[in-house]
Amino acid sequence: MPNRLFIWRGELTTRGSLTKRGLSFLSSGMLWLALFLIVPTLVFMALSFADRGEYGEIIWKFTVENYQRLMGYSVFGWTPDYLYILWRSVVVAGLTTLISVLLSYPLSFFIASRPPRSRYLWLTLVIVPFWTNMVIRAYAWFLILAPELPFAKVAAFLGLVPSGSALYPSPIAVYLGMVSMFLPFVTLPLYSSVERLDWSLVEAAQDLYSSRTRVFFKAILPQTLPGLSVGVVLTFVPAMGTFIVPDLLGGAKYMLVGNLIQQQFGASRDWPFGAAVSMALMILTMISLQLYRRRGEEIELL
Amino acid sequence: MMKRNKDKNLSVHNVVKTFGSVNVLKEVNQEVRAGEFFTLLGPSGCGKTTLLRIIAGLETPTTGKVVLGDEDITPLPAAKRHVNMVFQSYALFPHLTIYENVAFGLRSRKIDPAEITRRVEDGLEMLRLGAMKDRLPHQLSGGQRQRVALARALVNEPDILLLDEPMSALDAKLRAQVQEELRRLQRKLGTTFIMVTHDQDEALVCSDRIAVMSDGSIIQCGTPEEVYDYPRNRFVAEFLGAANLMKAKAYNGGVSTELGTLHMNKPPDWTEGLVAIRPEWVKIRDSRPEQNGVLATVEDIVYRGNHFDLMLSPGGLRVRTNSYKHFKAGDQVWLELSAGDLVALEN
Repeated sequence: MPNRLFIWRGELTTRGSLTKRGLSFLSSGMLWLALFLIVPTLVFMALSFADRGEYGEIIWKFTVENYQRLMGYSVFGWTPDYLYILWRSVVVAGLTTLISVLLSYPLSFFIASRPPRSRYLWLTLVIVPFWTNMVIRAYAWFLILAPELPFAKVAAFLGLVPSGSALYPSPIAVYLGMVSMFLPFVTLPLYSSVERLDWSLVEAAQDLYSSRTRVFFKAILPQTLPGLSVGVVLTFVPAMGTFIVPDLLGGAKYMLVGNLIQQQFGASRDWPFGAAVSMALMILTMISLQLYRRRGEEIELL
Repeated sequence: MMKRNKDKNLSVHNVVKTFGSVNVLKEVNQEVRAGEFFTLLGPSGCGKTTLLRIIAGLETPTTGKVVLGDEDITPLPAAKRHVNMVFQSYALFPHLTIYENVAFGLRSRKIDPAEITRRVEDGLEMLRLGAMKDRLPHQLSGGQRQRVALARALVNEPDILLLDEPMSALDAKLRAQVQEELRRLQRKLGTTFIMVTHDQDEALVCSDRIAVMSDGSIIQCGTPEEVYDYPRNRFVAEFLGAANLMKAKAYNGGVSTELGTLHMNKPPDWTEGLVAIRPEWVKIRDSRPEQNGVLATVEDIVYRGNHFDLMLSPGGLRVRTNSYKHFKAGDQVWLELSAGDLVALEN
């Protein structure tokens, strides 16, 4: 019954007229996306099948050479270098997301348990780092991890690094930088779920003989899954393509796909190959999110 | 079917609970006998729910202890107490089917799967939920959800079932039906039920014993008849049903009031205080009764379907009658306030 009358937010209406109105509200946003997202993506897709001229100019001749190169095939045989960069990007983005989630749970519960007035203060403190430029924040880590400061000294004392050396560039520095950059993207949506948590479900689980782990997985996780999912997507997707932090804190050897793309469009002047890497990044991100969604559904069904 | 109760009495000793500067419970002492339907009755904010939550283990008392059988369970968390709760909003897991909701406690305790199936099926059967087992809670009506909450608690065969305002989410008609059903269920299982409610009808219909609470203390505890017929003080008299209250002075084996001198079977032990009589106990007579007669004037009549309430002067008396006789304002009537029906209230 598509034309059945019903009351929606204090207004008598039908499903059909609501849909029409919804589409008209969406149209401006859709137009924007079509112009600035879909069209450029299609251009890139075409570009990734083009060839590069001697001076970096684009030659519109269909070829799959860029993808072959990405898969590691060249005139000199097969090397997994590019695949390894892609894989490392997935691992770094995944671990960054995981660490951010693990830190965000206690943080969200802590903030949600504060009295309402100081809650906003804590939330502001979570957001404050955003008031500073990302590059500056990355440089701040240089200072923190400098050889003269306690962190590096403790690490040197424990024999983890040679004494007198800084803690960067290193994978650890990359993770420190990435997690501090993305933590609020998980904490804020997760907090909004935690704040609305129905505690009676937690009590019911306790009353029904649940261990702490069971209380978390059966009563808390399903309720916070909406916020968690938003946080995971907001972190994982940009973390896959990030290049400033790994560039500054990881050094030249610790290359991620973001750096690779930047390099192709910059120094190497190889736009078609850069476009192919971008396509690979996009496909990889979509596959990862799809896998995550499947897992999410499984958890919900447990 | 489900096991009989394990004959464990519950007692709370000197339980005090303070939140910040607020004294929610003030030295509560109470025994609940194995197998009885016990009700904590009181207005909101009297501490009844806090007491229930302390028994459940969801709250720890500031001082005092909770003893089940001969075991002090005060330090045990909720998950370790063999006591289960029906929550006010039922707190069913929205993402789990009815079957899984009911099986939840048994699965937590890692009971043998065949045994879980048997007990869950039995529980669903007992509460007429067999046909709903694959549905989700939001697909059920309020009454059905309440039965799921009951089944979910009862399949664990707890020593005590706790019910926190179990009817508050039901409409009035269903409520009356569920009250009787709950009573029958409790009789059949023989499990100790402790219910919290602010609804006096609910308390009177269901309970073996009622504890009336006010301001963090238990004021009076007894069978529904005891509590209703012999309210201990003004609070109990007014909270449970309606009561006519009169200022009185002790006088010669009875009391003297503004209605005159009234004889009492149980004279008061004070010299000055309040006496009470229920509106339905005041009798309307055609002529002056031998004892405790009062001549009163009808001020107002309230029609209540199955009875009338007459408002009379002097004394602002309320009298409940289902008499065929029709009164009108200004009529003079003889009332008899029988010596056995007058209750002297503690100051």
